[in-house]
Amino acid sequence: MIERIPDMVNSDAHLIRRGRFLSTTFLVEIGDRGYLIKIIEGRVVSITPGPFVTPNYSFALRAPRDEWEMFWKKVPEPGHNDIFALFKRGKLKIEGDLHPFMANLLYIKDVLAAPRKEAA
Amino acid sequence: MSPRFEPITGRYLDLTLLDRPHRLYIEEAGQGIPLLCLHTAGSDGRQYRGLLNDKRIIDNYRVIVFDMPWHGKSSPPEGYQNEEYKLTSHGYIQMILEIADALELDRPVVMGCSIGGRIVLYLAHQHAKRFRAIIGLESAAHVAPYYDVEWLHRPDVHGGEVSAGVVSGLIAPTAPDNHRWETLWHYLQSGPGIFKGDLHFYKVDGDIRGKIDEIDGRASNLYLLTGEYDYSCTSEGTLDIARRTGAQATIMKGLGHFPMSEDPPKFISYLLPVLEKIRGAA
Repeated sequence: MIERIPDMVNSDAHLIRRGRFLSTTFLVEIGDRGYLIKIIEGRVVSITPGPFVTPNYSFALRAPRDEWEMFWKKVPEPGHNDIFALFKRGKLKIEGDLHPFMANLLYIKDVLAAPRKEAA
Repeated sequence: MSPRFEPITGRYLDLTLLDRPHRLYIEEAGQGIPLLCLHTAGSDGRQYRGLLNDKRIIDNYRVIVFDMPWHGKSSPPEGYQNEEYKLTSHGYIQMILEIADALELDRPVVMGCSIGGRIVLYLAHQHAKRFRAIIGLESAAHVAPYYDVEWLHRPDVHGGEVSAGVVSGLIAPTAPDNHRWETLWHYLQSGPGIFKGDLHFYKVDGDIRGKIDEIDGRASNLYLLTGEYDYSCTSEGTLDIARRTGAQATIMKGLGHFPMSEDPPKFISYLLPVLEKIRGAA
């Protein structure tokens, strides 16, 4: 699912506009698999799967695979509908420089949830 | 669409609250049993627009919604620039009682959501006789901090945008887009540090866990309605309060933390039977 993020985001002009002041690279871990998501001015320019030698990123979001799968359902169940729901349940860890994350929170939530648009 | 006025009247009330002069914005509609509504942290009375416009409700209830001081169109008190806003349980209780007195409400029904859902538990504990019935929306006895609230008020992060970002996931994914974004707009507009100041009550000062067993949910006519998608005030937390107090609890399908605002028609379908019951007992 995560591979679908660039297309889903880059085809959404409104989402790009909302993220236009964000240029950063962040790490998403799905179980033991890492992905570096590089954003320049609101566009997702690359998603690079691990393993990494010396990954360089501003912040990291780490959750088990089954949690991400539940999160990406078209209509997620209660407790699975938002990354804050995941970390309130202790299933998602957020670490690193949280400034770009919090300053662009609505945008980043929508980037991460973008695969739902195509979910079954 | 042809223009039409809604049945809501909005007015400013000048009064003394907590020993200070305040200018408070109040909306109301309807006639009958007074129903005093309390909005969530960092938002304002517009959350209740669906109720204020619903004929089935305002035919029998006088729905009254005030913007708390510092919120919506209510001003902060004079001198606000030299203080940090922090809501406390004591101040919040006094505010509600003093406003009810100023409006000369005769044993109103009080209904609050989130911080409002918490404070009504205090009212049920300490002031039940003053109210005909008490309705808690998204009531939890306590919510432990799960993110650093310092992010909500600092000059290098837009306070409105981050507040909306924090609460956005508390809205059910099935909520209609127009009501979802209206609900978020109230957060996007909130004054600097106000959501954070309300959360002082929600996460620090307003811990009522030790008093839940002293609440008589039957004598106080306590009703609890909680949306299944609310991960802040959880269904389990609400059902636990109901079990220990004898309150009547309903878990609302397809709703989250802002039921009256995120999907008014769905919420009203859950609220109407409660209002009918209260009216029947009058």
